[in-house]
Amino acid sequence: MSDDHGHDHPKHELSYYAKRVYAIRDLLVEKGVITEKDIQCQIEYQEARTPANGAKLVARAWTDPEFKARFIVDPKAACAEMGIDATAINEFVVLENSEKVRHMVVCTLCSCYPRPILGRPPDWYKSFNYRQRSVADPRGVMREFGLELPDDVEVRVHDSTADIRYIVLPLRPAGTENWRAADLEKLVTRDSMIGVMEALPAIPQES
Amino acid sequence: MTPATGRFKAGDRVTVKFEDRPGHLRTPWYIRGKSGWIEKVYGDFLNPELLAFGKDGLPKKTLYSVAFNHTEVFGKSAGAKDKVLVDIYDQWLEPKI
Repeated sequence: MSDDHGHDHPKHELSYYAKRVYAIRDLLVEKGVITEKDIQCQIEYQEARTPANGAKLVARAWTDPEFKARFIVDPKAACAEMGIDATAINEFVVLENSEKVRHMVVCTLCSCYPRPILGRPPDWYKSFNYRQRSVADPRGVMREFGLELPDDVEVRVHDSTADIRYIVLPLRPAGTENWRAADLEKLVTRDSMIGVMEALPAIPQES
Repeated sequence: MTPATGRFKAGDRVTVKFEDRPGHLRTPWYIRGKSGWIEKVYGDFLNPELLAFGKDGLPKKTLYSVAFNHTEVFGKSAGAKDKVLVDIYDQWLEPKI
């Protein structure tokens, strides 16, 4: 491999795995298995999927009871209806929070995550710390995210070790009864759809 | 989802096998040997323990959401009603006697 093949490598010293990834990439391109353009298209596709997709689904579910019913029964069909491509997910399950039950999602074995709906997982989601403590001490983890739940609320931690991808449908914040879906979307954070915190509280809307 | 052909139905009490062997095991360590119940039957899926070695994953295995009381798995818990739910394939489960 030569150093003048069309793209820049980082100037700083690379880790073992970074070197390996770049070497494999260069070989795949050199041997014509994939092109630089394929890689760029894939990066753009990955980056285009963000928690905004999930926020759209949640805000619509909050404002449209019939959509919410469809979203819970057949989440992938509901995604298609909203123009969100969830076909890459094997199976997709919606966990609806209530006043009495709160859901939280982890993958203790690796980093399974509903990427078409939430984009790339945050680094903490993949950390050993979160993967250990979310199952052993879910309330402690939630507390660190600023969520203190009463003792009589049931916490259900879902370890997505297999073919199912989960999204939490958070509770609709109080005081948003007259809000439009487009405004509600702004309250639906990524972390509220992982279940480590609630949706953002309502702030008064400018009239 | 392919209809389930596995041995268990929602509500059945089950114990996770306490088993360790070389290979691609998709049942977390912390849940092995623990008892809970079938919360939901998801259906039949290609067996990841075979797929991981480039095989066809057949025969398919039934996948369940298995619920455990948090206190039964971790001893003490802030919430007595808290649960841990783990997706586990049929071959890892035994009927709880």
